[in-house]
Amino acid sequence: MYNGFAIVAGLVIFFAMLTAPFALGTMTKQYKEPELKLPKNEKECIESTEFMRTEHMQLLNEWRDWALRDGKRTYINHKGKEFTISLQNTCMKCHASKADFCDKCHNDAGVSPYCWDCHVQPEGLK
Amino acid sequence: MKNSRRTFIKLAGIAAAGLAVAPKKALASEGHAPVKPNSTAIHAEHWAMVIDTTKLHTAEAIDKLAGVCHHIHNVPHIEGKQEVKWLWHDTYAHTFPEQENPHLAEEVHERVFPLLCNHCENPPCVRVCPTKATFQRPDGIVAMDYHRCIGCRYCMAGCPYGSRSFNWGEPRLGLDLEKLNPEFPTRMRGVVEKCNFCVERLAVGKEPACVEASEGAMHFGDLKDPDSEVRKVLREKFTIRRKPSAGTEPSVYYII
Ligand code: SF4
Ligand code: SF4
Ligand code: SF4
Repeated sequence: MYNGFAIVAGLVIFFAMLTAPFALGTMTKQYKEPELKLPKNEKECIESTEFMRTEHMQLLNEWRDWALRDGKRTYINHKGKEFTISLQNTCMKCHASKADFCDKCHNDAGVSPYCWDCHVQPEGLK
Repeated sequence: MKNSRRTFIKLAGIAAAGLAVAPKKALASEGHAPVKPNSTAIHAEHWAMVIDTTKLHTAEAIDKLAGVCHHIHNVPHIEGKQEVKWLWHDTYAHTFPEQENPHLAEEVHERVFPLLCNHCENPPCVRVCPTKATFQRPDGIVAMDYHRCIGCRYCMAGCPYGSRSFNWGEPRLGLDLEKLNPEFPTRMRGVVEKCNFCVERLAVGKEPACVEASEGAMHFGDLKDPDSEVRKVLREKFTIRRKPSAGTEPSVYYII
């Protein structure tokens, strides 16, 4: 094979890089879900846990437009229950600690949403 | 290795570099818009305000109302040119430059006048805003979506009344964090802000805070409803609006 060594070496490096995340992933420690402090008085969030876990950012995005732009500030959930649309006054009244709830996952996932540049966290601002 | 998920993502990025990009997952929309206005909200076809300057014309009285407004909306207190204001006061000459005359009654000339965003019927600030961060609601209120504002300040150039303030610095440095209103957000550096006609209060059935605190010197109501309080005072009293030649049709009227 003409240039056989270079081709094979190239392929080996290519596959090594392609599989590196998986190989390294199994070598390092297992990902563990962070332990969140859940609200004391409420059992259920406005939607199911699964929904909130995966969709809360989209939901908040829609909440913002509904409240601010459409002037519709009451949300009816899938079970027909009504909630006032407000991050500060609805979400954060139950989740009384940003540090023990929001930050836990956000830090783990390496995301820093800028909600808190304006919205006041329940702990207050220091 | 500490942050294993991050490391994985970084490596995956390198690995994926040579590969075709997977098609983006389209956001599933369920097609239900499960929202409605608050049941306690008050509505109007076009909100308007009438300010009786025979009753409200001293700096102290106006500053008191500004204090209420600025407190509930977490408006930062900054001295000097970088000041942020939703409600403030100024002289006759600055308030009504086109309606001045050399023989105006002295008493009127010496008054100071409460100023705020006029929620114009034909708002130039809305027209020039490139992001639609400033928009007009169907009820006439010229509102701002601070999430969208990119701080270009076209709206400040467009507004003939100086009704908007730009946050040059971190607004929270100008706030007493102990006395924050926890129900209302603050703003961030680099956005414009202004009076919002208290939309958050209208949504729960309350009048604007300045109107409530004005002890009858300010009226608020539906301009399109002939039986409303504002139409009643407009019928009975002589009123003027600011800078008529700008053609913006302010929704704030002044009884002189
Ligand atoms: S007063 Fe200025 S900011 Fe307010 S609506 Fe009119 S043009 Fe826009
Ligand atoms: S500063 Fe913000 S609100 Fe004003 S025109 Fe620019 S984007 Fe619009
Ligand atoms: S209407 Fe509300 S936001 Fe506007 S000046 Fe009065 S209190 Fe402030």
